[in-house]
Amino acid sequence: MASGLTVSKTSRTLAEKILSDKSGGAALAGDIVIAQVDLVFVQDTTGPLTVRQFQAAGFKHPASSIKAALFLDHAAPSPNRELADDHSFLRGFARQTGCFLSDVGDGICHQIVAESLARPGDLILGTDSHTVTAGGLGAFACGMGSTDGATALGLGKTWLRVPESIRVILSGRFPTGVYAKDLILYLIGRIGADGATYRALEFGGDTVSAMSIPERLTVSNMAVEAGAKVGLFPADAMTRDYLAAQGRVSDYRPLSPDRSAIYEDTIEINVTELEPMVSKPHTVDNTAPARELRGTEIQQVVIGTCTNGRLDDLAIAAKIMQGKQRCSRTRLVVAPASRGVLQAAAAPGYLQTLLEAGAVILPPGCGPCLGLHQGVLGAGENCLSTANRNFKGRMGNPDAFIYLGSPATAAATALRGEITDPRELL
Amino acid sequence: MITGCAFKFGSGISTDQIIPGRFAYLRSNLPELAKHAMEDADPTFVSRVKEGDFIVAGSNFGLGSSREHAPLVIKMAGVRAVLAKSVARIFFRNAINLGLPVLLCDTDSINQGDQLEIDLQAGTIRDITNDHRLTFAKIPGIMLQILNEGGLLPYLNKYGDFRLPAGR
Repeated sequence: MASGLTVSKTSRTLAEKILSDKSGGAALAGDIVIAQVDLVFVQDTTGPLTVRQFQAAGFKHPASSIKAALFLDHAAPSPNRELADDHSFLRGFARQTGCFLSDVGDGICHQIVAESLARPGDLILGTDSHTVTAGGLGAFACGMGSTDGATALGLGKTWLRVPESIRVILSGRFPTGVYAKDLILYLIGRIGADGATYRALEFGGDTVSAMSIPERLTVSNMAVEAGAKVGLFPADAMTRDYLAAQGRVSDYRPLSPDRSAIYEDTIEINVTELEPMVSKPHTVDNTAPARELRGTEIQQVVIGTCTNGRLDDLAIAAKIMQGKQRCSRTRLVVAPASRGVLQAAAAPGYLQTLLEAGAVILPPGCGPCLGLHQGVLGAGENCLSTANRNFKGRMGNPDAFIYLGSPATAAATALRGEITDPRELL
Repeated sequence: MITGCAFKFGSGISTDQIIPGRFAYLRSNLPELAKHAMEDADPTFVSRVKEGDFIVAGSNFGLGSSREHAPLVIKMAGVRAVLAKSVARIFFRNAINLGLPVLLCDTDSINQGDQLEIDLQAGTIRDITNDHRLTFAKIPGIMLQILNEGGLLPYLNKYGDFRLPAGR
């Protein structure tokens, strides 16, 4: 009796579960639903257009059902008067509407969303493609453009196509010198930059319960680099402990896919077999083991961003650089992901270690990742960054070359002046 | 029916090539920003493109950033539709929200400079230069409604809310 309904209710993916909850009905892959949004946020390079579209649509205040937040992080502090005016415009909108404002120096939107706003099971829309980061906490978090963001801000809802899910089953333990960043670079290299377009990537398997939230955030952050709409982890004891450490354990709720959920595809990865990976210019899926790129000279190393600017990342880099000096030909730029990360990195001596190794410490924010300021590359220069994108022109110069790697690979590379497998220094 | 000239691009054209991040300071000055459309993919594009022309690309067009300025500057440059084998999802939504059609089709047979005639309602593309016809994938219901109204803001102005089309 009603077996179809019974099956659908007990065999849902994480994406289907969350979107069913938010749309008030059975939401199955392929369905178009109208879903209630929990959090809408914008940042300083997409926010002004979002606010203008919000006003053009005739909205006066954000819907009362949602949290709304504005982040000044991409160009912080502002490098020129045009972006300073954009900041003023957004501050004015925050004052006028009571939206949460995260100002210059507070940090990157995705880090602060993870630290203080995202909850498992939430539907989160951000006008930034790396909004997917909060999937590490079990939130259906996806990036959208300004007009979609403005509409969600005003109506408190959006339309979504429920994505098919690709299950990524992780087994084994990460070897020494191999990290979550290497896992996600490996996965993107394997499936390609459009390998998960319109899909949800859902991570599971024995390895997941041992992965910290910062590690999960790193993986989810780059789901979009395979084209995915979301990169979802279950919410479990690790999630609860992370939220509890931030004084918001009441935001926790357990979340896992049903055992018989239907996936479009399944990818199995034994992380024990992984090694340090690097994405070569100019696409993220252009990957190779770091050891194969030995001899590639690097003029600038960047440690930071929403992918790898967290405390654990700075700790990994500091451990490798302890008592050592960067190569004299290689600049080292470090940008903590948030004020909290910057403060926390002081007490254990990570900042001091990195400074003594020759690093420039930038204010918390996006830093040089998207080519606005604070480390724009020169023509013909090579950069190795812990960021998520190495597109042509990304760091402000289409004649420069960007490699992506883990904080350990970045630190080892800064010491040697050429791309280095960090296992050689551990 | 819309007619124009094809500007051919390869696969994996990112939003950083469509409108580089280094021009973020111009995002509140759209006419100036639009002068840099496609700059890191083809620096001569803006000087050559004419009102009514088309961008014809390979797969995964518009990957990367959520910046709606990407389809916005393409539209402001005069482009009337983007044809590609596939597009990144955020770019797809952004383009439709601005009333810029994105047509998914096999673009291999179209060459740089070909004259194209597109019938949006019939779903057909005629390459006048090489006398070839092709069809494009049906645009999903709600996106087609938004596109037919000229974008998300005119759609909301008309309906006041999202409406799920029948037979979704």
